[in-house]
Amino acid sequence: MNRELRRLSLVVLLMFIALFVASSTIQVGFADQLNADSRNTRAVNDAYNVQRGSIIVGGKPIVQSTPTSDRFKWQRTYSEGPLYSAVTGYLAVNGSATGIEGAMNQQLSGTSNADFFTRVKNVITGKHPQGNSVELTIDPVAQRAAYEALGNKQGAVVVEEPSTGKILALVSTPSFDPNQLAVHDNATYLANYNRLKDAEGDPLVNKAITDLNPPGSTFKPVVSSAAFETGKFTPNSELPNPSGLQLPGSSLVIHNDTGAACQGDNGGNVSILNAQVWSCNIPFAQLGAKLGSSTIKSQAEAFGFNHEFSIPMPVSVSKYPGYDDQAELMQSAFGQQSDLATALQICMDSAGIANDGVVMQPNLVQSVITPDLDRQQEFQKQEFGRATSAQTAQTVTQMMVKGVDQGTGTNAKISGVSVAGKTGTAQNGDNQPYTLWFTGFAPADDPKFAVAVVVEDGGGLGQSGSGNSVAAPIARQVLEAVLNK
Amino acid sequence: MAAESNAAPARSAAPRTGFVTTMTSVVPRIRMPRRLRNLELGLLVFAFAIVVAAEVLVQLGANGRIDGSLAFFGIALGVLVFGVHVALRVTAPDADPFILPIATLLNGIGIAMIYRIDIHYGRSGWDAASVRQIVWAAFAIICALAVLVFVRNHRALQRYTYLSGLISVVLVFIPLLPVIGTANESAKVWIQLGPLNFQPGEIAKITLAIFFAGYLVQRRDSLAAVGTRILGVTFPRVRDLGPIAVLWVLTLLVILFERDLGTGLLYFGLFVAMIYVATGRTSWALLGIVALVGGAWAVDGLSSAIPKLGYVHGRFENWLHPFANAQFGSSGGSYQLVQGLFGLAHGGLVGTGLGQGQPYITPVADSDYIFASLGEELGLIGVFALLALYMIFVARAFRIGFASEDDFGKLLAIGLGFVVALQTFVVIGGITRVIPVTGLTAPFLAAGGSSLVANWIIVALLLRLSDTVRNQPRAVSS
Repeated sequence: MNRELRRLSLVVLLMFIALFVASSTIQVGFADQLNADSRNTRAVNDAYNVQRGSIIVGGKPIVQSTPTSDRFKWQRTYSEGPLYSAVTGYLAVNGSATGIEGAMNQQLSGTSNADFFTRVKNVITGKHPQGNSVELTIDPVAQRAAYEALGNKQGAVVVEEPSTGKILALVSTPSFDPNQLAVHDNATYLANYNRLKDAEGDPLVNKAITDLNPPGSTFKPVVSSAAFETGKFTPNSELPNPSGLQLPGSSLVIHNDTGAACQGDNGGNVSILNAQVWSCNIPFAQLGAKLGSSTIKSQAEAFGFNHEFSIPMPVSVSKYPGYDDQAELMQSAFGQQSDLATALQICMDSAGIANDGVVMQPNLVQSVITPDLDRQQEFQKQEFGRATSAQTAQTVTQMMVKGVDQGTGTNAKISGVSVAGKTGTAQNGDNQPYTLWFTGFAPADDPKFAVAVVVEDGGGLGQSGSGNSVAAPIARQVLEAVLNK
Repeated sequence: MAAESNAAPARSAAPRTGFVTTMTSVVPRIRMPRRLRNLELGLLVFAFAIVVAAEVLVQLGANGRIDGSLAFFGIALGVLVFGVHVALRVTAPDADPFILPIATLLNGIGIAMIYRIDIHYGRSGWDAASVRQIVWAAFAIICALAVLVFVRNHRALQRYTYLSGLISVVLVFIPLLPVIGTANESAKVWIQLGPLNFQPGEIAKITLAIFFAGYLVQRRDSLAAVGTRILGVTFPRVRDLGPIAVLWVLTLLVILFERDLGTGLLYFGLFVAMIYVATGRTSWALLGIVALVGGAWAVDGLSSAIPKLGYVHGRFENWLHPFANAQFGSSGGSYQLVQGLFGLAHGGLVGTGLGQGQPYITPVADSDYIFASLGEELGLIGVFALLALYMIFVARAFRIGFASEDDFGKLLAIGLGFVVALQTFVVIGGITRVIPVTGLTAPFLAAGGSSLVANWIIVALLLRLSDTVRNQPRAVSS
């Protein structure tokens, strides 16, 4: 029987090994994932029991934990809350956390893996745990300029440094005051939350990274890039220039914004250059048909469409789904149909072109600083990938400069600085207010700042506003502020 | 070892007992029993120190101060455990020195965690599960003492082979009786006797082990040798297998009518392991495992047709997709499992420290999920330590099995060791998602009187067996 007993012992040993492996997997391997689960109330409860780290912008803390006498021990306070709410988010008493508060919760509460030895040290020394501070890439000048330029319009501004992907400004309006949601009294919190949830303009929805809008004509530089990348087109390649075009297999007739043939008509044809400068839909629809769905799709994806970014908050996926239907494909080439984009994505398009065709991973976190002032984590620029050749990027830049100089983006002009840009006036369906866009970068010859402005709900003008009249001035104000710094 | 020489003394074990005892008293002791007992005493003191430290840490962590509220109970338990130690010095001086300290340590750590949960809910007096657990522990240790004192030779148990079988059946089916049976959560495995709840199925694992051991010792030769070959597998004669098969079917009915997957699995595993060790038939062990897995799938499949079995299907779904919102949000869903996983992850490598985690978020954190609670506050390090304690406990039992010269003692030690190992695996495997959750409790740790009583009786039997093994006349036949 001893032989059988030896085998049985082996089986028992295997059973125990399974338990050792499983518990290691849960407690170490997948611990981060489990701790980050939104249903895990433990992590959030913990967040209240430590002195959470600050969130720092431009060397000054904008979010801090101050001691209180109630059971939560620490009160989160947001100085200039409405200005930064799209970035910081809030930490609520019920545990829900948004923005940096949510995405960097482990670092702020000192529970990330990197804090392991600190925690052990705290256990030994009996020191109260303290979270890390998170320093952001946000430039307070850019942020304030963007917030003020948007004013009471519903929309967003994103400013990025093209060469690094650092996000310098991220504003969503109407904004809200996170202090109202960080109150410790649950009833007050719920009342404030419900009021904000139902408020006009959805202040709790992040218009910069969560809302998806049709990109409209801001998509044209992407299509131009796709065309030049094939090697078969140049800015001077010409396309037929009628004043109206019936789409194949469809009764739909599309027009340019002006309702007439595109400016710069050359004997019934118009160049890609003029089509983009004057933002004409019909030539781009025809260009889209020539390029085909997969060419445009792979170009859009190279800029970041159909990709999930985290900055480190999760960003809605901007969509270029690809089209089998010719009529749909042609409309998608000027950013309509099912094309959808976040303001951040449109900013990345410009940043990629500004950075000689290389798209950088966007990010908000400059560094994570431990209570002992060690820099636990430091921003490192990271390429998302090359979207176009440097030459294509140069060509598209020149077209965008001309667009601001004399085309549809004139309201973004800044004296003494050359600005590259593209407007967008996107339709949301019959009788729905337009989505108004401007995206670009400056200085065009040595790009330091890429910007995207989106104004939703037609900027209050229904269908009578345009990207140039509403969004371009906002972009100009922001660029002026950062360039004059 | 030749089969013939085994079967003979086993059948006539009882009359020869006196002879064996007389013989050993004449033989000079080669081993040094005092050293074994002194080692045990040292380990017991060490175990007690750990338990007291755990209680103090719980109070400091959860209350921020130390009070003496449990001191009286602690002393009482200490006296009882040292009573067992003294009883061993008198009645079983050669008993294994590790089994008692391990049981004490596990029991004590369990009480510390139950107490910790009580503190969170502000329970005290008889409302406190920890107080009840301590009283149960006292009763269980007294039972263990009684077993040690009254069962001076384990072979006496062999006389009660069929009685044990009968008692097992009764114990398993009592909860189905109308008046005293009560349903706890979904499983109908409890009986109510006045103010006390008792889970008789826990005791049945001991009587079943005795029955299997006694029966298999008698019939192992015919089971192994005689039979009909079908498809390359030799099946035993009906009259050899009959009683066991009947018992096995009866215990499997537990799964159906008492809705207790874990206990059914435990009995079944015990049966397969013991018949394998007794007969050496790998094919039967494999058949058993195939039957179990197949049966589980069949029950899972049937569960859509038979509403009574729906809980089995639910358990499978919870196991496979615990994080799906459909599972997490539904009643009888994976909420508890997932909260246990969150707790374990929250503990991480070093744990939050006793009294400083949030194990109470998980439902029944002091019984079914006590292991997750301990994992949260003691971390992976604590989990490994607890698993190691269980492993040593089982290894000691198997060691007795290896060393034992008489087949009944051998099978009984193996059966008792394996039942603890399997129960540990089923409980902790359920919590850590190795297998579906079943609803057993971690031996010695979890709040629950019947489980404690059963496991302390196992301790007493293993101590008794280990003493006999060291005193047995060295067989020359093998």
